[in-house]
Amino acid sequence: MSQSTSTMGNEKINTSRRKFLKTAVTLAGATIGYTWLKSSQILLFAAKPKDENLPWYGLVIDIQKCIGCGNCAKACKNENDVPIEPFFFRTWVEQYTVKNDGSVNIVSPNGGINGFEQTVPTEDIFKSFFVPKMCNHCSKSPCTQVCPVGATFESPEGVVLIDEKYCIGCRYCVQACPYGCRFIHPVKKVANKCTLCYHRLKKGLEPACMETCPTGARMYGNLRDKNSDLVKFLKEHTTLVLRPHLNTGSKLYYNGLSSEVR
Amino acid sequence: MKFYIPPQITRLALAFAIFITLFLVLRHFLVPKTFGEYGHYRGASLIDNAQPEIHYAGQQACFKCHQDIEDKKAQDVHSEIHCETCHGPGEKHVVLSKTEKILKPAGREFCGSCHVINAGKQKSMINQIDLNKHNIGKNCIECHNPHQPWEMKK
Repeated sequence: MSQSTSTMGNEKINTSRRKFLKTAVTLAGATIGYTWLKSSQILLFAAKPKDENLPWYGLVIDIQKCIGCGNCAKACKNENDVPIEPFFFRTWVEQYTVKNDGSVNIVSPNGGINGFEQTVPTEDIFKSFFVPKMCNHCSKSPCTQVCPVGATFESPEGVVLIDEKYCIGCRYCVQACPYGCRFIHPVKKVANKCTLCYHRLKKGLEPACMETCPTGARMYGNLRDKNSDLVKFLKEHTTLVLRPHLNTGSKLYYNGLSSEVR
Repeated sequence: MKFYIPPQITRLALAFAIFITLFLVLRHFLVPKTFGEYGHYRGASLIDNAQPEIHYAGQQACFKCHQDIEDKKAQDVHSEIHCETCHGPGEKHVVLSKTEKILKPAGREFCGSCHVINAGKQKSMINQIDLNKHNIGKNCIECHNPHQPWEMKK
């Protein structure tokens, strides 16, 4: 009787030790796996600059300030030698009008380059606002991932650029951009997009759209510098990015973004 | 025991060696020098992207000569608007001020591109005008000085 009890006791100890080891190994494995996944940014995503000494550019568009004059779209075309026609845009403006019956009317005549005429009578309007669109300069951009030749990339400053000499014009990136911000340049026949006026930034000037915005609805700045105007704005306002569920790591933050905006 | 390699394997190995060498030689000449300098792209394209000429000079360049306009503009509601918003790209004018004249836009349509009434505009952001009601037939600059809109002309 006493012998069998002691055997049972031994068995109990053995099972619990096995359980303990199993749990410990599982936990250790999970921790190691999680750390590895996290470092390769598969599980959790946090935008991080690569070069410590360079700025890491981000953008803010304040929807409440936009008056839909289209100066940004016009200036962008002038500055970057994009033909006025056909209608391809590096940046453009859309007017969203939510009617009293709940339907949404979205217009963008010529990308808003000549301003907007109110298409819906005022008495039918629930609310209306302008949304300037441009490249989101994603830090995990879908467009750079699909390029078969390495002709589009994210610069160390966090600006998504195109190598025009290397681009073969295959249009993969045009399809991949969820924001519709890329096109094939009608003259150069290679992919084209907003460069955040990289050539102007390098000369110490503002991007052309921000230079010509009459209301200061657009803003760019260094996300690394915690004292920059941009970071200050992001601290003081509730901003959203477009299509956050796509996990593109967009660095274009909209203030006052409505849920109707796609 | 002697290690025996069949002749077909030797030939296959030789073919592989030639193929790999050829690939490496071609790769050496075809891949640009700066490719992979910072990432999976041509490092020199950063320089290429910084090359294009600018067209908008920036308003500090304007104020170097047009100090009077700067002072005038600072006193009224258009103070925050940069010169090239209305006057268009001005880099050519900055470089060749004698021959390259800057755009002087005027007319109800032009001012209207900002000031026309539209439900999408915040009332606090901008004064909105119904072009079909406000002094029809008159040009805006007959009454308003664009640099100082509320300094009304008589």
